[in-house]
Amino acid sequence: MTNSELNRLKDKAFQIFGIFCTFIGLVVLAIFLIDIVMEGAKRLDWDFLTSLPSRRASQAGIKTAWVGTLWILVLTTLIALPLGVAAGVYLEEYGKKGRWANFLEINIANLAGVPSIIYGLLGLEIFVRQMKLGSSLLAGALTLSLLILPIIIVTTREAIKAVPRSIRDGSYALGASKWQTVWNQVLPASFGSILTGIILALSRAVGETAPLIVIGALAYVPFTPSSPLDEFTVLPIQIFNWTSRPQEAFLTNAAAAIIVLLLLTFLLNGIAVYLRNRQQRKVKW
Amino acid sequence: MSKKHNKLEAKNLNAYYGDFHALKNINIAMEEKNVTAFIGPSGCGKSTFLRTLNRMNDYIEGFRVEGDILLDGRDIYAKDVRVDELRKEVGMVFQKPNPFPKSIYENVVYGLKIQGIKKKSVLEEAAEQSLRQAALWEEVKDKLDKSALALSGGQQQRLCIARALAISPSVLLMDEPASALDPISTAKIEELIYELKNDYTIVIVTHNMQQAGRVSDYTAFFYMGELVEYNKTKSMFTSPKNERTQNYITGRFG
Repeated sequence: MTNSELNRLKDKAFQIFGIFCTFIGLVVLAIFLIDIVMEGAKRLDWDFLTSLPSRRASQAGIKTAWVGTLWILVLTTLIALPLGVAAGVYLEEYGKKGRWANFLEINIANLAGVPSIIYGLLGLEIFVRQMKLGSSLLAGALTLSLLILPIIIVTTREAIKAVPRSIRDGSYALGASKWQTVWNQVLPASFGSILTGIILALSRAVGETAPLIVIGALAYVPFTPSSPLDEFTVLPIQIFNWTSRPQEAFLTNAAAAIIVLLLLTFLLNGIAVYLRNRQQRKVKW
Repeated sequence: MSKKHNKLEAKNLNAYYGDFHALKNINIAMEEKNVTAFIGPSGCGKSTFLRTLNRMNDYIEGFRVEGDILLDGRDIYAKDVRVDELRKEVGMVFQKPNPFPKSIYENVVYGLKIQGIKKKSVLEEAAEQSLRQAALWEEVKDKLDKSALALSGGQQQRLCIARALAISPSVLLMDEPASALDPISTAKIEELIYELKNDYTIVIVTHNMQQAGRVSDYTAFFYMGELVEYNKTKSMFTSPKNERTQNYITGRFG
């Protein structure tokens, strides 16, 4: 065999290996999805979505869970979005570059990697006990906000960095202050990317279970929350709870709830992808 | 003929990027309503000098200046000078057209809007007037709400000039404004400079010797951070006093 034939063979071999690797993940996901849908689809109907939890599996629904999840989603956005974007803008536009900035940067990256249960413990101590918020929606949203803040800060900085220097120069040369330049030029030009990052962060928050269990979110809440200070449950906790029951029927319920949770996450990711594509079409440098 | 008033003056100006001595003891006076061209090889300090005239270098870390730059006799680096006020007086056009990713109209009125002017009639009038001054009105009057990024490079550059004119500065700094443009667009920009010098003091950095010859009244030749020669463009191009100037403008180096 000549050298070039050997090279071509290696090339082919790597290609096949690559395809194989790509499909492992997809196949596992597909099997999981098929299994869940076959198990849960039959249970998924209007009653399931609008019923309160119950000890009888056939009557139990996920109304409190998805309402809780929506509350958490909205509250977390309201808290984490302004904080994260403002911190990102400060670090990128105002903060002096130097040893201190490097220190902050490394630690924010570290925070993004801290296990979520640690945030749960932090939330339990600060929000639930010190601030006496109890196991409320607000305490949960604050905890999840802490969890996704580092992600939002990092995406905001990346998005802002991508705005070319020439746009800032143009604004400064017309007499704009730093704040005017950030508000009128930099943020509008990077908003699509920032929003994409925030939605991806939120879709992570929606699926989080551990920190909310730690702060004491309950699986059995017999009413839908009506204020941020009410107790609550969310979809992942409801699922966790049902899967730990011995009765077969509850597993079916869990599968149905998983379908709802997955649809919600796919929806959020879909919006993120749509926004990113629109942004790429709209802004050309 | 009465001598024109000195619009911009630099006295014993030195500038540094960290340890690098970028401008060495520059002394120059530029008359109002004239075009002054800065020429010289890359890295000679001409763009740095241009950018000290509206303090665009303030944002560069490690940059500092010594000496004075006077605008109408006032030191622009004095403590009580507000940089945003200075830039309303001294406008700037950059090498690469840099329209904002907004509509044509929004680009032109941006400078006025950030000054807090909201009245639609004022903004619209200013927009039309500056677009006419920049010889762009006829081409864009029917698509003011279209994105500025859809314009051609030459149109974008004239839009950037209109944007600078909208806040009625008295000085216009141009950093190689035609270097990214084709010959026809370049000719349009040069014609425009010729028109604008009736109302504005113009300082232009250029790599193009013919361009300096065509558009400017005075030319300053920079080399290695020094101002080597400064004279009426005609005299400089016909009988340069310094040997380095002669070598540069005849194309022997640079």
